[in-house]
Amino acid sequence: MSFLDFLHGLFQYFSRHRIEIFSSTLEHAWLVGITMALAVAIGLPLGILVTRRPWLNKPILGSANVAETIPSLALFGFLLPVPWLGDRADRLAITALTLYALLPIIRNTAAGIAGVDPAVREAARGMGMTNRQLLWQVELPLSLSYIVAGVRVATVLTIGIATIAAAIGAGGLGEFIFRGLAMVNNQLIFAGAIPAAVMALVADYLLGWLERRLRYART
Amino acid sequence: MSSSATIDAAIEFRNASYRLAGGQTILDHLQLEIRSGETLVLLGRSGSGKTTALKLINRLLEPSAGEVRVEGRSTLAWDPIRLRRRIGYVIQDAGLFPHFTVERNTALVPHLENWEPQKIRQRVEEMLRLVGLEPNQFSPRYPHELSGGQRQRVGVARALAADPPMLLMDEPFGALDPLTRKEIQREFQALQRRLAKTIVFVTHDMREALLLGTRIALLDAGRLVGVYSPDEFQQTADPAAAAYVAAFRAGEEP
Repeated sequence: MSFLDFLHGLFQYFSRHRIEIFSSTLEHAWLVGITMALAVAIGLPLGILVTRRPWLNKPILGSANVAETIPSLALFGFLLPVPWLGDRADRLAITALTLYALLPIIRNTAAGIAGVDPAVREAARGMGMTNRQLLWQVELPLSLSYIVAGVRVATVLTIGIATIAAAIGAGGLGEFIFRGLAMVNNQLIFAGAIPAAVMALVADYLLGWLERRLRYART
Repeated sequence: MSSSATIDAAIEFRNASYRLAGGQTILDHLQLEIRSGETLVLLGRSGSGKTTALKLINRLLEPSAGEVRVEGRSTLAWDPIRLRRRIGYVIQDAGLFPHFTVERNTALVPHLENWEPQKIRQRVEEMLRLVGLEPNQFSPRYPHELSGGQRQRVGVARALAADPPMLLMDEPFGALDPLTRKEIQREFQALQRRLAKTIVFVTHDMREALLLGTRIALLDAGRLVGVYSPDEFQQTADPAAAAYVAAFRAGEEP
């Protein structure tokens, strides 16, 4: 079978199964979307906390680092027997994916805040800003591009790892991949892998654009 | 409870010391009064403790021993936020917010104090004119679009915006080229006379100290060597001050 034949077959497969592929892509995007919302909601405050209480730096970043090193399939397995979490596959998948997404967000938030020019911080405090005003009016706006960079890394990572969530029945584009592997069918594998790759590229581009927009000119 | 000396002292160091956690003494039993309306220059080399003394006034630092009184009250008895908003603060790198326009930078303290927008706008215009920046031209600019001298002018405008009775200035003109520095010093001199604020001015530049100071307090290794009028300073027999003058005459910056 020539490469062109293969492409032709792939195209036919995609057009025949477009509805199925489309709905899996939506399911995948939903998994990633919920995961990122949770990861930002948890990671951003933790990243701020690390800059406020330096002694928490090691325990928080250390735990996030450890979570990052657990192989994803194993992490899904570890969480399976946990009550409530293990009841539903999507709940379990989102929990595991959130754990992976946390590290880049926490790290970039903390690094962004730590990178604010000390002269700016000193002027802000010397002018009588409260800690809260310093955070909201100075530190967070000046770290925004770093935070978005962290979200960007985490999003691309999550889109990839979310394909593995199909192994525990959470759906998404991974279903095609696993089915394709079982049936030794490359077309099926590509039906999962190509939309996932496109999704990752699009997310990377959009968040990269946002990151550049939010970068402030340094004096 | 207050002696007659404290009545016209805007700021008073009473045996104030500052030590680092490691035990190193940065400021050693400083005894100094700053009178209302004067410009007191804290002169000294790097590491003499002059910036530390300044930060004790607006409670960016707290004394390890002794106390610092502002308007007759220990800085520790002040709410630090209220205290700082009564004291303008200008630092060497200006410390302008890079994400704020000149207008928003200048309006910082009035904004924090919840002034009405109309009043803030008027005040900002007035302040920018005062420091020699045309409001229409400069208000919408960002700090990175300004020269060093212009940034420093905005720094002064920002410090004066809420009309604080006191002003702390930490080597405000130190990073400027000699010509710009001279120009801005001369303008600042005129501003000083007009505003009659209590100013504490930190510098290592003797020429600047002589030009701008009502009195000069010389610090060396955390200790106060003496307080002099500009004329006295140049004639004093005190070895540390004389060394400063001699080094200056020889054309070096001490």
